[in-house]
Amino acid sequence: MAYSEKVIDHYENPRNVGGFDKNDPTIATGMVGAPACGDVMKLQLKIDANGIIEDAKFKTYGCGSAIASSSLVTEWVKGKSIDEATAISNMDIAEELALPPVKIHCSILAEDAIKAAVEDYKSRQK
Amino acid sequence: MNYFELFNMPVSFDVDLSVLPQTYQQLQRLTHPDKFASGSEQQKLVAIQKNAQVNDAYSVLKSPLSRAEYILSLRGIDLQHEQQTIKDTSFLMQQMEWREELAEVDQQSDPLNVLSALEDEISQTIKSDLAQLKAFLASEEVDAEKQAADIIRQLKFLYKMLSEIELKEDSLSDF
Repeated sequence: MAYSEKVIDHYENPRNVGGFDKNDPTIATGMVGAPACGDVMKLQLKIDANGIIEDAKFKTYGCGSAIASSSLVTEWVKGKSIDEATAISNMDIAEELALPPVKIHCSILAEDAIKAAVEDYKSRQK
Repeated sequence: MNYFELFNMPVSFDVDLSVLPQTYQQLQRLTHPDKFASGSEQQKLVAIQKNAQVNDAYSVLKSPLSRAEYILSLRGIDLQHEQQTIKDTSFLMQQMEWREELAEVDQQSDPLNVLSALEDEISQTIKSDLAQLKAFLASEEVDAEKQAADIIRQLKFLYKMLSEIELKEDSLSDF
């Protein structure tokens, strides 16, 4: 299967790979997995006092499309509020990366990773 | 006709793996397209389809994961095409740790030893998961199918990890 140029770019030069200290109170962590392919994704967001995402890092074990999807969302969420970030849909990701239908689940994984991280942030606020 | 019926056995997670290959070879012979070389176009076509079905059935029935998935699909639960993600944090953390360990294995002084320990750990987990899966598939409890489905989802990560360890072992043993 041919990957799009954008997927190859993110795959070869992934943005924001790594992690933050998960015990830091400003860090929210989202962990998700796709049973369809066994891919695992960790997305961490650094969120300021106003609920704005200052920074993002990811670690993904999976195919090129899964890595590209997570790399892309780390770029997209920076500077956004948590509400804006949760509004990012998998279709936006799939469209940007020109993912073929069999790889749509990779974009769903990235969307759900954002939502899981935001949920983690909200549960910490209580 | 479902795959179990095709292989003349009850729909069950328990499959006699000493009998399965024999039945397969028998069905292979019976449906082999060469047998119908002098038959009509219609007969040839039917044989080709039947032969392909026998091959599909064998590959699904011989592995416990695909067999379990198939049993659930016969009960109307389709896991193969689902796109939902799982969010069980402790399970996923463990998956992440194992994958990190595998990714960093080259830096170890004895990588093959580390790989074999990792392989043992995952094989043990798979073994106990399969035992649970067997119980859930045989159970009549209301949520047994849901529990079976959850174990199948987890097993997919474990089998993938296992095949990646094997690939790594192969690449290290080449030297």
